[in-house]
Amino acid sequence: MQLIPCPWCGPREEAEFHYGGQAHVPYPDDPAALSDEEWAHYVFFRDNTKGRFAERWNHNAGCRRWFNAVRDTTTYRFESVYRLDHPKPVTP
Amino acid sequence: MSPRTPGADLPEHPDALWRNPEPKRSYDVVIVGGGGHGLATAHYLAKNHGITNVAVLEKGWLAGGNMARNTTIIRSNYLWDESSGIYEHALKLWEGLEEDLGYPILFSQRGVLNLAHTLQDVRDSVRRVEANKLNGVDAEWLEPDEVRKICPVVNTSTDIRYPVLGATYQPRAGIAKHDYVAWGFARRASEAGIDLIQDCEVTGFTTEGDRVTGVRTTRGDIAAGRVALCAAGHTSVLTDMLGIRVPVQSHPLQALVSELLEPVHPTVVMSNAVHVYVSQAHKGELVMGAGVDSYNGYGQRGAFHIIERQMAAAVELFPVFARAHLLRTWGGIVDVSPDASPIVGRTPYENVYLNCGWGTGGFKATPGIGWALAHTVANDEPHPLVAPFTLDRFVTGALVDEHGAAAVAH
Amino acid sequence: MSTPFRTPAGGRIDRATTLQFTFDGLGFTGHPGDTLASALLAAGRHQVATSIKLGRPRGIAAAWAEDPGGLVQVEEPFPEPMLLASTVELFDGLVAHGLPGQGRLADVPDSARYDAVHHHVDVLVVGAGPAGLTAALTAARAGARVALVDEQSEAGGSLLSGTDRIDGVPALEWVSNAVAELARHPEVLHLQRTTAFGVYDDGFALALERRTDHLGAAAPKEVSRQRVWRLRARSIVTATGAHERPVVFADNDRPGTMLAGAARTFLHRYGVLPGREAVVFTTNDSAYDAALDLHRAGVRVQAVVEARPEAPPHRREECERAGIRVLPGAVVTGTQGVERVTHALVAPFSDGQVGTSSAVACDVLLVSGGWNPAVHLFSQARGRLRYDEGLGAFVPGEEVDGLSVAGSAAGVLDLAGCLADGQRVARETLSALAIDPAADDRLPSAPEPVAPTAPLVLWRVPDTSGAEGATQFVDLQRDATVADIARAVGAGLRSIEHVKRYTTIGTAHDQGKTSGVLTSGITAELLGVPVRDTGTTTFRPPYTPVAFAALAGRDRGSLFDPERVTALHQWHVAAGAVFEDVGQWKRPRYYPEPGEDMEAAVLRECAAARTGVGILDGSTLGKIDVQGPDAAVLLDRLYTNLISSLKVGSVRYGVMCGVDGMVIDDGTVLRLAEDRFLVLTTTGGAAKILDWMEEWVQTEWPDLRVHCTSVTEQWVTFPVVGPRSRDVVGALFPDVNVSNEAFPFMTWRDTSLEGVPVRLARISFSGELAFEVYVSPWYAVAVWQRLLEAGRPYGITPYGTETMHVLRAEKGYPIIGQDTDGTVTPHDLGMAWAVSKKKPDFVGKRSFARQANQDPRRKQLVGLLPVDRQTVLPEGSQIVEFLADGELPPPPVPMLGHVTSSYRSAELARPFALALVKGGRERIGDTVHVPVNGTLVPVEVTGSVLVDPEGARRDG
Repeated sequence: MQLIPCPWCGPREEAEFHYGGQAHVPYPDDPAALSDEEWAHYVFFRDNTKGRFAERWNHNAGCRRWFNAVRDTTTYRFESVYRLDHPKPVTP
Repeated sequence: MSPRTPGADLPEHPDALWRNPEPKRSYDVVIVGGGGHGLATAHYLAKNHGITNVAVLEKGWLAGGNMARNTTIIRSNYLWDESSGIYEHALKLWEGLEEDLGYPILFSQRGVLNLAHTLQDVRDSVRRVEANKLNGVDAEWLEPDEVRKICPVVNTSTDIRYPVLGATYQPRAGIAKHDYVAWGFARRASEAGIDLIQDCEVTGFTTEGDRVTGVRTTRGDIAAGRVALCAAGHTSVLTDMLGIRVPVQSHPLQALVSELLEPVHPTVVMSNAVHVYVSQAHKGELVMGAGVDSYNGYGQRGAFHIIERQMAAAVELFPVFARAHLLRTWGGIVDVSPDASPIVGRTPYENVYLNCGWGTGGFKATPGIGWALAHTVANDEPHPLVAPFTLDRFVTGALVDEHGAAAVAH
Repeated sequence: MSTPFRTPAGGRIDRATTLQFTFDGLGFTGHPGDTLASALLAAGRHQVATSIKLGRPRGIAAAWAEDPGGLVQVEEPFPEPMLLASTVELFDGLVAHGLPGQGRLADVPDSARYDAVHHHVDVLVVGAGPAGLTAALTAARAGARVALVDEQSEAGGSLLSGTDRIDGVPALEWVSNAVAELARHPEVLHLQRTTAFGVYDDGFALALERRTDHLGAAAPKEVSRQRVWRLRARSIVTATGAHERPVVFADNDRPGTMLAGAARTFLHRYGVLPGREAVVFTTNDSAYDAALDLHRAGVRVQAVVEARPEAPPHRREECERAGIRVLPGAVVTGTQGVERVTHALVAPFSDGQVGTSSAVACDVLLVSGGWNPAVHLFSQARGRLRYDEGLGAFVPGEEVDGLSVAGSAAGVLDLAGCLADGQRVARETLSALAIDPAADDRLPSAPEPVAPTAPLVLWRVPDTSGAEGATQFVDLQRDATVADIARAVGAGLRSIEHVKRYTTIGTAHDQGKTSGVLTSGITAELLGVPVRDTGTTTFRPPYTPVAFAALAGRDRGSLFDPERVTALHQWHVAAGAVFEDVGQWKRPRYYPEPGEDMEAAVLRECAAARTGVGILDGSTLGKIDVQGPDAAVLLDRLYTNLISSLKVGSVRYGVMCGVDGMVIDDGTVLRLAEDRFLVLTTTGGAAKILDWMEEWVQTEWPDLRVHCTSVTEQWVTFPVVGPRSRDVVGALFPDVNVSNEAFPFMTWRDTSLEGVPVRLARISFSGELAFEVYVSPWYAVAVWQRLLEAGRPYGITPYGTETMHVLRAEKGYPIIGQDTDGTVTPHDLGMAWAVSKKKPDFVGKRSFARQANQDPRRKQLVGLLPVDRQTVLPEGSQIVEFLADGELPPPPVPMLGHVTSSYRSAELARPFALALVKGGRERIGDTVHVPVNGTLVPVEVTGSVLVDPEGARRDG
């Protein structure tokens, strides 16, 4: 069980969190303007990166806030966490 | 000397399994991924279609991914016609596979019970049983006393947190020995002249317009007439190289075994509400699967609280397991699709075929998908059994949604 | 039984107390401090079991968890399968027997308790041997918060097995001083009988404490038998020691064959001689200690068979002085005997060639092939291993964040070195944690060892028996031999993982503790490749087996999952309710009166609600308070219908979809103020919908000024339902004008009852005139009873979920999750009216335009009436086309849909059902078939609203 560094609460047990998949996939501005294929990509398709992945987490059993994290999907290690209104950190 | 313990050992493997050839420069078909699906596809390409100028490329050791890590449950009692179609085809092949492969795969049709713990579980279960019957899949609904007759160690008392209200039962379902299955396919494929290339990781593809011309690997470039992707949890790594988007997410899935025990659990029991799936394998060990870890992961390991939860569920449903011991835990990487159904068929590249998204169902499908994918590759035409599982369904909305209705993905 | 092999004195056992135990049906005695293995050896018993495949006799081969031989089943005080005789602490009344391979589970439930404790520390030290104790002392003296866990019954590790001295005193005196010092540090947790069995991310380690196992039947019932420690450490030091490695030779499985170090343990710790006549076979210096110690204890050491061309000079001299013959350049090629070694076959050995063997009489054969650092926890923490050519073993190969290895676990094999390594590693660890070491932290001193002579790495002795390795056992527990490895390699296998699976080596109870490295070595030898290329198989948790129940802990029975009950639960119980699990809630399903079955009770309850008045505990419905200037905007985006136009004081029914356009929940919305709504969800959807709202607000629309709070537990809800409900509610709340004009359908009003705030809402989930009564749970029982009193003149009848379901189904109201399955749109439910055409967008809207959503053959919710007016269709039944001949054709039979809800209706005086049917609305009036128990039941497809389709009753 990992310690996940909630940007609001600090490190907390993994079991308190809820995973939210890929980050930075905004709801389309005008869904009606999208083709079926474009809409399908919003609804069903997410990156499945092996390695460093920007993703959403929710501190469900804590402060209940959503935040973003960059985590390595091979090592599971969190490299950074950042607030939703902050940009994805530039990493080397 | 005392007599040997009945059933506590396994049949011997053959003296010869496969060649270890150097990769050739070119093949008619390159299968990426030497797991169960890749090896079965190779076997049926040779057997059903006479195509043997084939390489199976495996980045590690043959059948070392999910094929070596699953809980070996085989069943076909899926809800939707599309699903029960491919899984039932697989089950029929399982029933003749030992003979076909000439390998003691220990296919044991000991039946599978899917327990119901809530009234909604009961409705869903009856729905699935009735659908199975109309699709020609053997299925029964059992009341708790009948469950107890088939598996006396299941706690059917009413004073547990989620009492067993009944179960679906598929008598023809069961288990097999996973390594033996993989090795049986591998041996047949190797005998047919197919090259099984291990320690050979695909690092890229060479393309010309809408065609892939070959694969780049850690053991050199290999030209390919057709390419079939059978990489399960690593599918996205390959499709990312090709620029194809596939709606799968790779998650850790853990499993575990106990020590060898005298026979106590004669069937396979699965429960969603009290999350357990367990069988007692041939040597006597209890084999159990845990829940999928929530996050994306390629690490072949998961978090221990998932195992602890699994143990609580096991002891709740099987009080006699209390002092069985956890001997080993491990993890695989399952590629989960949005509707819990596989994605099989064509890709935007005219000679690349996709096979992924099996989630937790890949093992039981092995011969079925091998058969159907070989057909698809050989004829450049989706086999009817996999035709419903196109990538396109996510655009049209014609999903084959197995988790909403039956929620028995394992 | 007598104990002829017990030494006259010494050992860590309490000789003043005698314990009785039974093994294989025979009575034995031992002492506190013994293990089952030491007590059996004291009686001269080596054979414990027979092997799984070949039925060969097997004995005690090691003194702790690495023993591949001594598998036993405990029967009393409670059956426990497959334990090692070497790790079972002796207690009075123990009954056990040897295992031929499979353990036996008890057929009665385990009444013992198990629990778990969380503990957080700066430094976790695993292993209380010389390195671990030193590390723990250094950390403790620095003021760090320390946990020290060790699997044995007492601290000391390898020191328990020898005669070492530290700081000029006997080592165990130093150990006891160290333990006493640790106990004086308030921030130190020191646990013996506690095995760290798994290391996970971020310093998370799991350890199993065996709290009462050594007490047998005397174990206090109120104390948990075993406890899982969930340790979170800023840094971990593993000082887990090393396992001695055997050398493989023919018939090396014969009882009496034992690791040399184990013999020292049995002698020094337990006061037991492993035999009278010993042969010692070694490839390294350490076994000489065993030879000399046994000699001093009176064992006749027939020979030290030294595989190296020369014995280490000082060792040779010591042996000469003791009169022990040393045979350099020799190996043991095999053993003789039946159930016990009688002879070791000894042959000259040089340049890999074995000469002619001769038999040397012995009753115990001690073997040492070197030492394998116990790298299990390091490897679990994803530390990479490095093959050490000199040791012939895998050692920690790189640094791992937050985990360090000390002592012999890191390949340091002498006492002084282990002490120094423990301190060094602890200091480095403290430094990384920015904790200064204490000024008085002193390194304990041990005599400098004589410089060791390099060991010979010898995996197996060439087989001169003619059996081609068929009796050279690599994994005794799996009966797997060198011949099996040779077959695997011959079959084309190159990967060590394949060899493991082909031979099953390493898959048994010990998970390859002695066999793993041997297999790598022998495989590499057969393939002609370096061992580093072969590598090892993966080390996986747990380090040693852990009982399922220990991991389940307290999460069993009613604690397996929380039970949620409403404020009225005791009333329901007293009223004889039969309960249903709905999510985590316990809800009354029906209230049978004496002699009633469910059907009778439900018919009675339904009739009351349709003709008089009924009352339901609807408190489990999810309730979310949505507040803020943009509350209406949020709800407009999440509901398919328009919420913002709702007037304060009014109520609207709404449907929510996922982005895929499928219905996820439904319920009513009360507008409490311009900027405040009370959203009601389904019971099962409460948490999910709150999460859903928060996710959208936080991740997509952070500009919306709105907050969502669960108030499910803040309100109980009692629908009072039926034509007489107005009389009841009007009587209890005289200040409220309950007329239709003053209090119309789909509105709410606040009032109070003797100062207690009450909210009333004209909401109906039955089609009848109904008032929902909301009040704080503190007053639930009182208000409920007042309602019952007020309703008594009208025969008010409490009803449960089953009646609620019938009433709503008669009106065609779907239950999300029962009449839907995640593939159903509002249009499929016939609720196009609840899908706004005015709103430019809402969640799910875009998906309605997809191709599959336009399919006229989509499944739609309809009603079904069995033509025979008798059959209650089982819920879940499938629906097929009408078959004129009344026979099902052979499969596959195309299906049209399935029965989602089915009941007997008091109102209709016949059974009816709801169903999802392909193109269902087009089929209204058609007859289709439903197979039920092998017969085809004809049913008529109808609209989904079967009772009061014009909605005349809702106003009473």
